[in-house]
Amino acid sequence: MNKQTISVTVNGAPERLEVEASLTLLQMLRERLALTGTKNGCEAGECGACTVLMDGEPVNACLVLAVEADGCEVLTVEGLAPSGQLSALQAAFSEHNAVQCGFCTPGMLISAYALLKRNAHPTEPQIREALVGNLCRCTGYVRIIEAVQAASGERG
Amino acid sequence: MLARPGLPCFDYVRATSPEDASTLLLENGFAARLLMGGTDLFPRMRDGLLRPHLVVDVKGVPGLRDIGYDTHDGLLIGAAVSLNVVACHPDVQEHYPLLVEAANSVASYQVRNRATLGGNLCNASPAADMAPAALCLDAQVELYGAAGYRRVPVVDFFLGPGRTALEPGELLVAIRFPAPRAGSHGRYIKLGRNRAGDLAIVGVAVYGYPDAANRDSGYRFRIALASVAPVPMRSPAAEEAAAQSPLAGDWLQATADAAAESASPIDDVRASAVYRREMVRTLVLRGLRYVSAKLSRPEGGWGVGRGQEGA
Repeated sequence: MNKQTISVTVNGAPERLEVEASLTLLQMLRERLALTGTKNGCEAGECGACTVLMDGEPVNACLVLAVEADGCEVLTVEGLAPSGQLSALQAAFSEHNAVQCGFCTPGMLISAYALLKRNAHPTEPQIREALVGNLCRCTGYVRIIEAVQAASGERG
Repeated sequence: MLARPGLPCFDYVRATSPEDASTLLLENGFAARLLMGGTDLFPRMRDGLLRPHLVVDVKGVPGLRDIGYDTHDGLLIGAAVSLNVVACHPDVQEHYPLLVEAANSVASYQVRNRATLGGNLCNASPAADMAPAALCLDAQVELYGAAGYRRVPVVDFFLGPGRTALEPGELLVAIRFPAPRAGSHGRYIKLGRNRAGDLAIVGVAVYGYPDAANRDSGYRFRIALASVAPVPMRSPAAEEAAAQSPLAGDWLQATADAAAESASPIDDVRASAVYRREMVRTLVLRGLRYVSAKLSRPEGGWGVGRGQEGA
């Protein structure tokens, strides 16, 4: 009874998968659906590299079981640019040099995307607060915050 | 650091009712673990600290994800309600801002989308951020087990680090908060190694309200501490000092000193016991000043409570 069949919509595409109970949403995305944009960092909910949206809200995919995502809509970084064209937020990251090694970038983008969805014009403290759960080991936070501000239209 | 192979194998089942969950827990004993948000359970399973064969998900149990508020009965929060839902709920924001402040101090936005109020209390960490607020607000936990439902004051729920009053087969169903006291104000101050996202080195909640029955000052305070004792605790000595007449001396300092004295902190990787005790003193003082200002209670003079006695 270890395996269960789940239905989950990923970046708009319905998926039906047979999964082990112990498979995390992160493993499902990366290993079963080959969506490797979502990164595996700490596997403990500390770093935020695996942040995805589940039913519109950011979660650490390493702390969610695939079976818990049954019936949910999941959005990964790949879903931010479905046509291959960068979204305004992604373009702002590129323009403001908010990407160094790039490992934290998918999670940063998803957290920032979720922030701008619930608050179109966040203040700098609000941006910092929303990104508390996304660590950048290159420590390039200033440019990331500038990029989010630019994308929100508050600046530049 | 070693590469992590993911979670060990287990079976997963969704409980459909408190009875169902309780039966599964009783039948499987230590081999079963209850799952709410998973933000604490899964990291511990991955690290091999817990090896359940069966994970019982109770998020789908009717009522466990509901919040209800009533001016008379107060607030009822289902055990599996996420901390973001608690913090964003309009009734909680209006009537229990202390809970909002505590919820927003936990980890990160992503974690708070999964982490639950019930999970935070059931893990019984001495550093549990929701515990001081729950203690100040006189919360009661509603438990369901083989013997049916029972209510336990949250102050009696924590027995030790990771230990609660839950009996085998019992689960936390909901948390009750009585209607807020008229004119009350609260503050949760969390000291971490950085400004946000960390566990508490010290957590201090101060809650105050006008109380005409207290003829000494016209006010009453609740003071609760996290991460400075085996369990999250209230400090009766500090509360007594805070209730005294302002003419008796420096009540603020006396309260902070009593709180520091009542703590029994330990040295660990995050801070020393000596530092923690001093921080209790400092943060209680800060919290008291903030709450007193909100209550318009003059730091050195008589409170407005005297004038309100007839009201």
